[in-house]
Amino acid sequence: MKPDEIRVAVLRIEGTNCEDETVLAFKHLGVEAEAVHLKQFYSDSVPDRDRRSIWDYNCLVFPGGFSAGDYVRAGAIFSARLKSVLRRDLEEFIKMDFPVLGICNGFQILTELGVLPGFDEDRPISDKPEMALGINDSSRFECRPTFLRHENRGNCIFTTKLEKEIVSFPVAHAEGKVIFPKGKEDEYFDMLTENDQLVFRYVDAEGNYAGYPWNPNGSMFNIAGICNVKGNVFGLMPHPERVFWRYQHSDWNRGTKPEGAGDGRAIFESVIEYLKRL
Amino acid sequence: MIADVYIELKEGVVDPEGEATKKALRLLGFNVRNVSTRKVFRIELDAKSREEAEKKIAEMCERLLANPVIQRYSIRWVD
Repeated sequence: MKPDEIRVAVLRIEGTNCEDETVLAFKHLGVEAEAVHLKQFYSDSVPDRDRRSIWDYNCLVFPGGFSAGDYVRAGAIFSARLKSVLRRDLEEFIKMDFPVLGICNGFQILTELGVLPGFDEDRPISDKPEMALGINDSSRFECRPTFLRHENRGNCIFTTKLEKEIVSFPVAHAEGKVIFPKGKEDEYFDMLTENDQLVFRYVDAEGNYAGYPWNPNGSMFNIAGICNVKGNVFGLMPHPERVFWRYQHSDWNRGTKPEGAGDGRAIFESVIEYLKRL
Repeated sequence: MIADVYIELKEGVVDPEGEATKKALRLLGFNVRNVSTRKVFRIELDAKSREEAEKKIAEMCERLLANPVIQRYSIRWVD
């Protein structure tokens, strides 16, 4: 695919609030991206010029925010609405190797949809959720930078251009604790490891797995982000789009050029690189 | 028909809201042994029988109201 054929949709509904910076991250890298309201895919009340189809795009992003007010559970309502109107298309989209990214609330949506952990290549959307993003152990909204160890061995198409082993992305969430079904925790972890689906895990400043506050939510196995078995769907709680530039890091004035790349930029560069080869 | 649908955490799942509330109540001098949270949806629906209604509610819970990995549901009939 040529760079000018790449079209990214950042899906929004009421309550999403990170769509603009997510769209900008892609635009800064020279590809076309736009925020698209879910209604534009199906509603008759939308004027013709605003109608869209999922097939107008080759990359879908679920941005951060508080979609539908986080009612019921974070991401549950967005996911129910999506299932009712786009389930088949989304399944096809994933099967066709197009990339899907979920950041923060987007990760919660992908989890509620049953797209992640995504163990089954032939059925990319499971009938019921297979994991949960529960309330943080601290029972608080955790909003600050975190350190992440990149653990993927090449399966995840969103981190292929990431050179650093430890990156710093900020988190901002109240429900981000990765929970696997009781009794299956180790089995899930082993499967994720074996399939190369682990992408980011929370670590301390020295790069060791550590508890709170380094692990901001109490996530099992310190998991911050995972991809599906094929590596083309990626969900993470931290926000790469909030550290696109070096000056967006909290320690921006320590040594490096502030106008240089922030740690998060590699995520967007990786997916664009992947799309160019698709 | 009116049903109260209770969504609660499964046994063994940590309940941070409950724990924080317990801590605060103890600080206020209340000698509470345990606190856990629940969410209740009051659902009004039409159905031929209670069984049919319960079947519908079960589906609602599976498809939206509860995440089976961490939550379970129970029904209490109001009317």
